[in-house]
Amino acid sequence: MNSLMSNPDLAQVLTPLPVLVPLLAAAMTLLAGRKPRLQRVITVLALSVVVAVSAALVYLADRDGTIALQVGGWGPTEPGMGPLGITLVVDRLSALMLIVSSIVLLAVIFYAIGQGIRDGDERQPVSIFLPTYLVLSAGVCMAFLAGDLFNLFVGFEVLLSASFVLLTIGASKDRVRAGISYVMVSMVSSMVFLLGIALVYGATGTLNMAELSVRLGDVPDGTRTALFAVLLVAFGIKAAVFPLSTWLPDSYPTAPAPVTAVFAGLLTKVGIYAIIRAHSLLFPGGGMDGVLLVAGLLTMVVGILGAIAQSEIKRLLSFTLVSHIGYMVFGIALSTELGMSGAIFYVAHHILVQTTLFLVVGLIERQAGASTLQRLGGLAAASPLLAFVFVVPALNLGGIPPFSGFIGKVALLEAGAQVGSVLAWILVAGSVITSLLTLYVVTRVWTKAFWRSREDAPEGHLSASAPTALLDNTEETMDIAVAERDDVGRMPVAMLAPTGALIAVGLLLSVLAGPIFAYTERAASEVLDRGQYITAVLGEPHR
Amino acid sequence: MTTYVFPLIIIGGLTTTGVYLLLERSLTRMLLGLLLISNAINLLILSVGGPRGNPPVRGRTSAGETTTADPLAQGLILTAIVITMGIAAFVLALTYRSYRLNTVEEVGNDPEDTRVSQQTGTESFDVDHGPGPDRTRDTDLPDELDALPGFEGSR
Repeated sequence: MNSLMSNPDLAQVLTPLPVLVPLLAAAMTLLAGRKPRLQRVITVLALSVVVAVSAALVYLADRDGTIALQVGGWGPTEPGMGPLGITLVVDRLSALMLIVSSIVLLAVIFYAIGQGIRDGDERQPVSIFLPTYLVLSAGVCMAFLAGDLFNLFVGFEVLLSASFVLLTIGASKDRVRAGISYVMVSMVSSMVFLLGIALVYGATGTLNMAELSVRLGDVPDGTRTALFAVLLVAFGIKAAVFPLSTWLPDSYPTAPAPVTAVFAGLLTKVGIYAIIRAHSLLFPGGGMDGVLLVAGLLTMVVGILGAIAQSEIKRLLSFTLVSHIGYMVFGIALSTELGMSGAIFYVAHHILVQTTLFLVVGLIERQAGASTLQRLGGLAAASPLLAFVFVVPALNLGGIPPFSGFIGKVALLEAGAQVGSVLAWILVAGSVITSLLTLYVVTRVWTKAFWRSREDAPEGHLSASAPTALLDNTEETMDIAVAERDDVGRMPVAMLAPTGALIAVGLLLSVLAGPIFAYTERAASEVLDRGQYITAVLGEPHR
Repeated sequence: MTTYVFPLIIIGGLTTTGVYLLLERSLTRMLLGLLLISNAINLLILSVGGPRGNPPVRGRTSAGETTTADPLAQGLILTAIVITMGIAAFVLALTYRSYRLNTVEEVGNDPEDTRVSQQTGTESFDVDHGPGPDRTRDTDLPDELDALPGFEGSR
């Protein structure tokens, strides 16, 4: 094992696997379309391989520094020149993103399969779900590994195309309506990204990120800021940063629970990852930091105020998702090592906690036949286990001390205080208020859905006629009286276990906060330093 | 490097028309707007790729050219065209499905969003507070708290 790990070629072999394995598995699951059991085995195996490979990459990237793979051997023709072909790069940041995403992807697929088996989609034509999910996984991994801007664009397109299919799966009325606005907004953001790529190419003559990082230094300041602004708009739409965030609560809640969970966890974070790369690697020097800080503040406050007004839990969580994107933008815009480290830690924390909460809402919806506070009540008495799996991630999201949400927020607040400018202090205050309001929002869900009795809810006597399945092929789900609803039975272990596993991983983030935070600090200094990245891709020192 | 004004004017025109169409509610027009914008951007990539020249294939030349045209820009455009085509096909399918379901091909409002924005104060109060205290109960009757040791006679 030790000799294997010390082989220098190992990293080169492992790097493309997170993209290749899910894509090949997607093709295989399509071929096995008639055999649902085989499809599931292939999917779970492929995603497990991705988890293992990502874990190895975290170890290798932390030990040996940045790994660059010149795909097909089309590397730089002479040292210091840009490579001819596609480059895949793993540094500590992308390795961390890979491992957290792959864990989430694996847990959610177990949940989705469990829900599918239990709620009977054997008869339904869902053979498209697993292949699409695998393509989505490949797209997410590709975006994290991309070493040039155009490859990042292709990664985005791959994951977006897959997400279009997943969001509109079953093509019911609601999902088509939500899907259309989602597709349109995503495509506009892709067009803005492509526009940015064209302009960057026009200004520098390259798209390789390491080479750009060197060449953009020679571009006049005004042009640089303009290029950065175009890319920020594109990434801001994907990451749902405030003025560009309104599409998210509109489209996510209608999708099936596992789909919403994985979207909420991963897709916005891919945007954040792209912002980190653009901010620190391509355009260092913080030309847009003021704008980003204000955008971060507004994202936090407006997002959480939106959440307060909602009574449908999925929409409420979508608004908290938007709101907490603000924390990461805050950390990035501080341009300090501690701020970046806090932001990276917060990304990992938020992927886990937000996914878990959406999975729990899926459980609530299945057990109680509703996901709106107007109908819910008495869940704490009806199912103490459900109450437990809700309250742990909910408190984590609110930032209650032992949990990782608290650790991430403290790091960000400390970084803000360290910078000490007026705007930074305003953001510190804004984050504290947002944190309190988040706690208020989750407490509200807790007191309404879990503590009061169902008779006290304004529409507590109503319930949906059937448990929400993955494929919503009933034209209209009817409202029926709670008493008439068929008993859906106990929570399936296959749905509960992945949720519990994600909670456990989230808790691990608090238990191992010391080593993990040390890791994110190393990742942040690597990201801000740029030298390692450039040397790994371009060869010898460039200047 | 010389800049050609004509492509830039076309790019501007296509983008303007594209944005105008994209702001419509009709799905077909939105799709057309999207396609126009993507064509504008492809044209932009082509024009930032430098002047015309020999085809970027070894041993092939065009009459009167001395330099080679940028192959990367052409590669980028091809990729972008393929992606846009795929998405356009998907949007058309969605549009048709939406038309079959709603018999109009327009983007609808989010019903839950509309409901929340039209909510009156009392409705959200209902969700938050439920029905008020039980007024039918005789408040002169002793509660369980009245029986606390040491407070028996406090009433």
